[in-house]
Amino acid sequence: MTMIEVRGLRKTFGDVVAVDDISLSVEEGEILGVLGPNGAGKTTTVESIAGLVRPDTGTVRVAGLDPLTRRRELTRVLGVQLQEAALQDKITVAEALDLYAAFYERPADGRELAEGLGLGSKLDTRFAKLSGGQKQRLSIALALIGRPRVALLDELTTGLDPQSRRNVWELVERVRADGTTIVLVTHFMEEAERLCDRLALIAGGRVVAIDTPAGLISSTEAPTVMSFRPDGPVDLARLTAIDGVADAREQGAGIELRATDGAVIEVLDRLRADGVRFTQLRVVESSLDDAYVRLVGATREESEEVSA
Amino acid sequence: MSTTTSSAGPARAVLAAEARLFLREPATLFWILGFPTLLLVVLGAIPSFRETGPDGTRVIDFYVPITIMLAAITAGVQSVPAVVSTYRERGVLRRIATTPARPGQLLSAQYAIHAAAVVVAGVIVTAVGRVVYDVPLPEAPLPYLLVLGLVVAASLATGGAIASLASTAKVAAAIGTAAFFVLMFTSGVWLPVPAMPDVMADIVRLTPLGAAALGLEAAQLGDWPAWRDLVVVVLWTGGLGAVAVRFFRWDS
Repeated sequence: MTMIEVRGLRKTFGDVVAVDDISLSVEEGEILGVLGPNGAGKTTTVESIAGLVRPDTGTVRVAGLDPLTRRRELTRVLGVQLQEAALQDKITVAEALDLYAAFYERPADGRELAEGLGLGSKLDTRFAKLSGGQKQRLSIALALIGRPRVALLDELTTGLDPQSRRNVWELVERVRADGTTIVLVTHFMEEAERLCDRLALIAGGRVVAIDTPAGLISSTEAPTVMSFRPDGPVDLARLTAIDGVADAREQGAGIELRATDGAVIEVLDRLRADGVRFTQLRVVESSLDDAYVRLVGATREESEEVSA
Repeated sequence: MSTTTSSAGPARAVLAAEARLFLREPATLFWILGFPTLLLVVLGAIPSFRETGPDGTRVIDFYVPITIMLAAITAGVQSVPAVVSTYRERGVLRRIATTPARPGQLLSAQYAIHAAAVVVAGVIVTAVGRVVYDVPLPEAPLPYLLVLGLVVAASLATGGAIASLASTAKVAAAIGTAAFFVLMFTSGVWLPVPAMPDVMADIVRLTPLGAAALGLEAAQLGDWPAWRDLVVVVLWTGGLGAVAVRFFRWDS
């Protein structure tokens, strides 16, 4: 069942096109990661799904509901963590959890949520006295306290230390195990790879690519990174001339090149034919990071060409 | 901590939480609940204010309704715009908008709490006036309470309009303070309206609190307030309330 359906979403703020044309759908129980550079339109997309932003054109359906006209019903099944939303300065963690729990029919146990997020010792601390990371974790707890069917988490772990980040990941995994559909905006490739079933790469207000993390990595032209340390000079031009080699460059005392799987063998053959001996041969899969930079970078160059 | 209270509706939960937070603001509590009483006590210490005039009344008698109006003004134009515009600026309203509670419930809670605080201030001021300076209770209590209710409504509507028109919390505080002094003057804090020179009184009578001050004076002495004074307060309240609603933004 499709839980979130976004079609032809467009939103401008004055002259600024925040979202140009975005379509995506999220299946029930799925975690969709949204990646993209700052200003790509990620937050506007999430806020349109939450019903906080009225799109210029396009439709949004969440659990079959239009977020703008069926807001009341939607809020009962939706949990949202906004990027910039504070609570009242003097409200304590426990009071905030109680208050938000009172909004829902079958809320989760606030104390348990707080413990899981490492806020157990902060229950009586006022919001203004919390650190940035603690505020962030409380915000996550409040997003999940209503046992939502759909959770929108904008910049889930930005500003969290590695341990807290792991705690949050475990919590998100538990929530997903309960069947919650999740859209999470993130800047961390590790987080995206670990948590997300699929990733939507957004740049310039459009979806550049949407696929599983593995799919995105292998979709790039040169998904394999090969490196070695030659014992003599190597003609890089001869290597890049091989079909399937995207680029080759000297990296310290070694050489690193990006190539397709098939081209790796070609490179090895060429080196042997040229009598080049080498050590420390490494062949690894290109990272999601590489894929991200390539996919997002490609659109950036395109749009620059258009504007030039 | 009981996170399983689903029987209490969101509106009740919001009201309870906001009331608790209100009690954590000592400065607000002092200016709304403490200062008006303090002012009454200080003014009453001036011997001439306790002397009975040719019409059988004393100046201090009129300062009971005036200091209650002061509490309403403080709550309405100092506290309400500050709270509301800060909530908007910091994203508290936006955050609430994503839950089954409505951001409007947060605003209603704030208005209700501030109105309640003015009622408490009114009781304290009246009691202190009665006990310390022997100020008689109003001879026409119903009209008196009616006008006070209108004063609270007018003050909150003014505060609401300020919160709606101000772009930031800082601007709201600046406008609120300016409005505060204007309203204090027109309500007669410095010079009771009946004692103002004719031309000034005529002008002040067209303002919500100037008209209310005359209405309270009448009720204090056992008369019904003049209709025109009631109409002036109602019109201002309606107009400012409409501005507050029309220009309100949930988002900064």
